[in-house]
This record gives sequence, C-alpha cells and structure tokens, in this order.
Amino acid sequence: MKILVSIKRVADPDNASKLKVSADGTAVTSEGLEWKMNPFDDWSLEAALRLTENAAQKNARVGEVVLVSIGPNDEHTQRIIREGLAKGAERGILVEADEGNLDAGVVSAILKAVVDKESPDLVLMGKQAADGDSNVAGTALAEQLGWPVINSAMRIMTADDGKTLEVRRELDTGVATVKVTGPAVITTSDRILQPDSVQNGVTPGDHQYAKLEVGGRYASLKGIMQAKKKPIDQTSLGDLGVDTAKALNYTKFALPPARSGETTFVEDAADLVDKLHNVAKVI
Amino acid sequence: MANVLVVAELLEGKARKTTLCAVTAAKQIAEGTGGSFDILSIGEGAGAAAGELAGFGAGKVLKAEIAGGYTCEKYAATVAEAGKGYDVLVACASAYGKDLLPRAAAKLGAGVASDISAVHVDGGKLSYTRPMYAGNVSGTVEILTDKQVVTVRQSEFDPAQASGGESPSEDIAVQSDPAADKVEFLGVEVVKSERPDLGDADIVVSGGRALKSAENFTNVIEPLVDALGAAMGASRAACDAGYVSPELQVGQTGKVVAPKLYIAIGISGAIQHLAGMKGSKTIVAINKDKEAPIAQVADYFLTADLFDVVPALTDAVKKL
Repeated sequence: MKILVSIKRVADPDNASKLKVSADGTAVTSEGLEWKMNPFDDWSLEAALRLTENAAQKNARVGEVVLVSIGPNDEHTQRIIREGLAKGAERGILVEADEGNLDAGVVSAILKAVVDKESPDLVLMGKQAADGDSNVAGTALAEQLGWPVINSAMRIMTADDGKTLEVRRELDTGVATVKVTGPAVITTSDRILQPDSVQNGVTPGDHQYAKLEVGGRYASLKGIMQAKKKPIDQTSLGDLGVDTAKALNYTKFALPPARSGETTFVEDAADLVDKLHNVAKVI
Repeated sequence: MANVLVVAELLEGKARKTTLCAVTAAKQIAEGTGGSFDILSIGEGAGAAAGELAGFGAGKVLKAEIAGGYTCEKYAATVAEAGKGYDVLVACASAYGKDLLPRAAAKLGAGVASDISAVHVDGGKLSYTRPMYAGNVSGTVEILTDKQVVTVRQSEFDPAQASGGESPSEDIAVQSDPAADKVEFLGVEVVKSERPDLGDADIVVSGGRALKSAENFTNVIEPLVDALGAAMGASRAACDAGYVSPELQVGQTGKVVAPKLYIAIGISGAIQHLAGMKGSKTIVAINKDKEAPIAQVADYFLTADLFDVVPALTDAVKKL
C-alpha cells in the first residue's frame, strides 16, 4: 500500500496564546514560536505508518509512505519533513509556496497535482490544521479527485485482502462505520492514536501499540540517522502546473478579548455553591 | 442581495437544533443584504422534517429524500445542484456540516469559511469572523468566489425561534455521484442521553484525566451533572482513556461550548481544551493545582481533591 501524507508546518500550537497580530491587523505574527508539524497531520502519519508496517517484526516496512509539505523551501519546512522521515516515512516532497498565497482550495489543488503524479492508494491528512482550523482541504481534495473521503476516522481496518477499508468515524452524536473502496482520502481524529486503532492485516490483530498520549511515535535514533539519507524532492506550483487563485481573503486579524474579571478562590463546596447561586446567579 | 440556502441536519428523521443555528445565520445574511433564505431538508425522513422546518420564515423548504445512512458522497451532489440557485450556502459547523459542505462547495467552485462566529454586511458586501489558532486569533474573511459556503459555530448563533407561517415545500431530484458507490454505510451507533445536548446546554460539567476511570465519571461526575440538570463533557485525555465516549470531548477538536456555567473538574486546561469552552459565561475550576492553566480562564477556583469535594458539591446543589 502506498500512502501520501500531507504535513503542514504550524506555529507551535501549544503556545498559540503567544501569537500576535501586526499593528495594522493584516497579519498574524508567530515570532518567537517554533515551527512544528501540525499535530493533526502527525496523528495521520502515525496511522499511515501503522498501515504500512509489521509491528510484530520491529516495524518492518511493508508499504510506502510519501510525505508532502507545502510551504517556504527553508530549513523549517525541511526539518518537519525530516522528522516524518525519521519516524519511518520513505521519502518526502516539498512544494515551495508562499503561505500567504494558500487557502484550502489552493492546497487541495496542489495536493491533487501531487496525487496525479504519485498515484497513492490512500491520502491521509489531519482533519484540520492547528492554525487555520478549517477542516476543508481533505474533503476538497477528495472531490477534485472524484474519490470518497472519510473524515474524523478513529479506527481503520483493512478488509477483503486489503481491497477495502472498514473505517469507524466520529460524529457529534456517536460513531458511524463505513466500508470504503480506495483510492480514498481519510482524515483522522484524536482516537486514531489508540493502541488498537489500525488493523492492516500484516501486524497481528492482537498487537497493541504503545499508548500515545499526545502525538504520534517518536523517531528512533536509527530512524533519525536513516532520515538523513532519504530523498526530499523539491518542486513548485509551476512544476506542478497549479495556478489556482485563492477563494478566501483575510482582511483583518485580531486577538480575542481577554476574559474580564479575576479568579475568585473559594474555600469549599458550600462557598462555591453560595457564590454561584447568590453572586453569579447561574444556578 | 444574497439569497441563502440552509442545509438542514437530520437525526433519525428530525431536524437537529444545529439546523436552527444555521437558520439564524442565514437570516442575518439575508436581512443584511436584502435577500431571502430557503431551507434544504435532506436525508432519510426529509419530508417529515420539512414540515417541522416550515415555521421559521423560509421562502420555501426543499425536500430531498435519501434513504439509508449518511455519507457525504450520497448527499453532496444534491446539495450542490440545489445550491446553484443561491448565493450563499449555510450549515452548522457540526461534524455533519464540516463533512458535507466542503464537498458541495468543491462541486460549486465555491470558497468555504468554516466555523464562523459572526456575519458582517458592509454596503451589501459579506464578510465573516472566524476563530483560528484554537481560538487565539480571530480572522475576518471575505469569500471571493461567486458562490459562498459557510458553516457556523453553534455556540455563537442562538437557535432561530419559530416565526409562524407555513413555508411551502418542494421536492427536488436526488443527484447521483460516482464517488458514492465507493462508500458503503455499515451502521451508526447513536449515543442516546436523557441529558441536555452538550452543544446547547445552559450548564456543562466536564471531567478530565484526574477522574482516573469510567466508574469515577459515573459515581462522582454524573450525580453532579444530574443535580444541576447539566450536560456532561470531558477533556481529550478522558475521552482518549475511554472514561467517556468521544462525542463528549470539549475542545479544539471536539465540541465548542459556551454555556452560562461551565464546571471543569480535574482538567488542567490545555490550550486545546480552553479553545472549546473559554466563551462560557461563568467558568468554575476544581483542581488540586491552583497553578493549572485552567486558572487563566476560571472565574471561581476551588483548590481541592475532586474526590473529596465533588460529592459535597452535589449535596449542596441538591439542597438549593
């Protein structure tokens, strides 16, 4: 199985409260924040690696994972691709683009051009990027390809000798199960990091992955060494023949107002109920 | 002048309340631009749900009956075909809206503003505010394509009230999509609860990792939830650990809530959790560590072991 995984660089999402807005309000500035792999993409990469390895044999690779990142061709984007390669992906593609010229429509057009070249069996993506929080690019890509999309996948199991995938996806009101015939786009939910979230028909069905609390697996030292030799192809929108214009124009950014008021430290349960009943009047 | 189509969200043949939040946004767009709005009732039971949706002032209610379980491939072509007659398509930014609308938008070549928190009309021109970066930045965005697609954040748009009248309804043809043949719907487990819906409850009580088990959610959190008539929520850690089911997750990747009262119990307050609840009117945190990040947004903070204090809190609430 060949899987394309898109990975976006985002300003450190754990420190997003330190973001600032330029004086004229036209740009978000992330100075002082490290560029990180979008955590949602990191989770998808974990699913892609599980689908293409035998976890019972030291994660021996049985398929191919190709990473694609769209952004400036600089050390930060390259580092994020290397990080994915060190975790186990086979190779990377860096599509050079000015982040100011991207929106979900442009990104999906770029990814479509990459898919047309690479012909993967599956595209795995984070359901959203931690900066834009849009949840659009994966579905837009699927539509452009004429492929199905399964959003918010929490469990992926191969079926019918790998010809189909049975996927459980999270809804607001529960969980749906679908069977999808590839090629397809899948976006993943938080639960894809669970120890038994991926069944690929190669790794024994009773295998339990280590419990991951925050993100995907860490790279091993060996992985980091190997990643240095793995190829990263560099390409551009021109090379890919993509000249899609943006559909969205951000005219203004602002920091949300801080919550007013101070924190009142209460003594005990009775004091808390008294304050909520008589001061805040919410119960 | 913008004519708007609201895409309704049905659950077991009834319109979910999320639909009415989308109606509110559609009315703002239509009234602000001198346009009008219609509603598309789509899915299994669309006919009956159309009757339910006829009293909200829509020009008409379109009906597209589609049997079997939902997949976005089965619905998107019909939504897009219906959408050709409108300037703006609106749905709630629920899991359903975020799944369906981008596919319909791609078919229409329309830009998508997702999860908007406000609609602006300036000289007939539309723009939208949307939270970004887990709610740490808000952006104002214009959609440059001929047609616009927006999904709206449930907690920022009050559900529309019935306005009387009876919108006429009209059947529309269901469109096919070859991609739909690639997805077979096998089933859905709908979680039923007698409690208020997390998305629009007045009070939400959420538990975190410190609860340590599903049993403790049942024995410690649920009695308080029920004493307050609240909805129950949880942090990602608690959902991941299997203490409660995933649809109760509050946060950047779960539900965004803004109740009158939010009580966070044993939740440290990661930035991703704050993204889902910091719009709440009054926030209470119960935590052993008074330095926990949840303190940044808490109005009331009780520094205590939750296992000691929550049962006492439940008793005190019952005595009110």
